[in-house]
Amino acid sequence: MIVRILGEGQFRVDEAAAAELNQLDTELEAAVERSDEDKFTAALASLLAQVRAQGAPLPADILEPSDLILPHEDSSMDEVRKLLTDEGLIPG
Amino acid sequence: MYMKGTAARMGVMKRVSLVFKAKANRALDKMEDPRETLDYSYQRQLELLTKVRRGVADVATSRKRVELQMNQLQQSANKLEDQARKALSMGREDLAREALSRKSSAQSQLNDLQAQYAQLQGEEEKLTVASQRLQAKVDAFRTRKETIKATYTAAEAQTRINEAFSGISEEMGDVGMAIQRAEDKTAQLQAKAGALDELMASGVLDDVGGRRDDIQSELDMMSAGSDVERDLARLKGELTANAPKQIEGSGPNGGSQPAQAQASQAQPGPYAPPAPQYTPPQQAEQYQQTQPAGRPAADLPGLGDQPQDGDG
Repeated sequence: MIVRILGEGQFRVDEAAAAELNQLDTELEAAVERSDEDKFTAALASLLAQVRAQGAPLPADILEPSDLILPHEDSSMDEVRKLLTDEGLIPG
Repeated sequence: MYMKGTAARMGVMKRVSLVFKAKANRALDKMEDPRETLDYSYQRQLELLTKVRRGVADVATSRKRVELQMNQLQQSANKLEDQARKALSMGREDLAREALSRKSSAQSQLNDLQAQYAQLQGEEEKLTVASQRLQAKVDAFRTRKETIKATYTAAEAQTRINEAFSGISEEMGDVGMAIQRAEDKTAQLQAKAGALDELMASGVLDDVGGRRDDIQSELDMMSAGSDVERDLARLKGELTANAPKQIEGSGPNGGSQPAQAQASQAQPGPYAPPAPQYTPPQQAEQYQQTQPAGRPAADLPGLGDQPQDGDG
C-alpha cells in the first residue's frame, strides 16, 4: 500500500506493517479526541518513524493516490483536526 | 485488510486520505468532458508549480534578511564586548556593566534568530524538494494526458483519467499546504524581523553603523579628556624646558621678553566673566530707598523744593 506523509512524499509500505501502523494510528486518534497534546506528539512521531523505517520512497514520477495519508511532522493537534474535517487546510 | 474490525474507529490516516479523495472527486464531478478535466488540471498544475517556485524564492529572501540581522547582531555583540573591555581598562565598571548587559540582550536576540534561521532553512529545503517532486508528477501527468487523449474510448478512459487526476490532485493538495505553511512561517518571521529592526534602530541593541550610541560617546569623551590631559602635560613640559633657555640666550635686547610672557599669562582668559553692563541709574535707586510706602509724589523731597526755588 501507499502511505503519504504530508510535506514529505509517498512511501510504499508492505501490508504486513499495517497492523502496527494501525495500532499507532488508533493511539493518535485517541490522543486527538482527548486533546492530549503529549500523547499526540508521541504517537505522531512514532507513526511517522514507522512509515519511514518500513516504507520505501515512491519515485516522484509515479502518479498514484495514497491509501493512507499522515499529517506532517510538525503538525499541531489543531491542524490535524482541521485536516479531518475537510475544511481550510487542503487548498484548491 | 488491516481495516477489518475498525469500522467505528477509522483512524487518522484513513480519514485524511478520504478527505483528499473527496476533494478530488468533487473537482472531477464538476467537469463534464474528461478532456476538459485533463487540460484544466494541467493548467492548474503549471500554476501551482509557479507558485511553489515563488514560495521557495520568498523563503530564501526571508532567510537572507534574517542572515543580515544575525550579522548585525553579531557585530553589535562584538562591539559591545570591546567597549566593555575598554571601559574596564579606564576603571569605569559601571559603563562596562551597561555594555555587557546590552551585549547579553543582543546575544539572546541572536540565539532567537538562529533558531528561526534553522526553521527557514528547513522550510526552504522542504519546499525545494516539494517543487521537484511536483515537477516530476506534472511531467508524468502530461505524458499520461497525451496517451489518454490518443486512446480515448469512453469508459476506460474515464477510469484512467480519474486515477491520474486523483494522483496529481493529492500531490497538489500536499504542495499547496506546504506553500501555505511556508508562507505562514515567513510572515511570522517577517513580523519578528520588522520588530527587531525597530529595536536595533532604537539603539537598545546598539545599532552598528547607525547613530553613535551613548556608551561609545562616553568612552570617546573619556579618551578625549585623557588626550587633553596628555597634551596639557606635554605643553607644560615644553614650557618649563624652554623658559631657562630663553633667559640665558636673550642678550641685552631680550630682557623684556619673559616679563611679557608673564603679563600675558596673568591676563584673564577668554572665559573670564564679563563685567555687568547694566547699572541702574543712581537717582532712581535713591528714590526707591528714601520714598516711604504710600506717600504721594508731591511730597517727595526733590519735587517739593521746586516751588520754593521759584518764589525766591
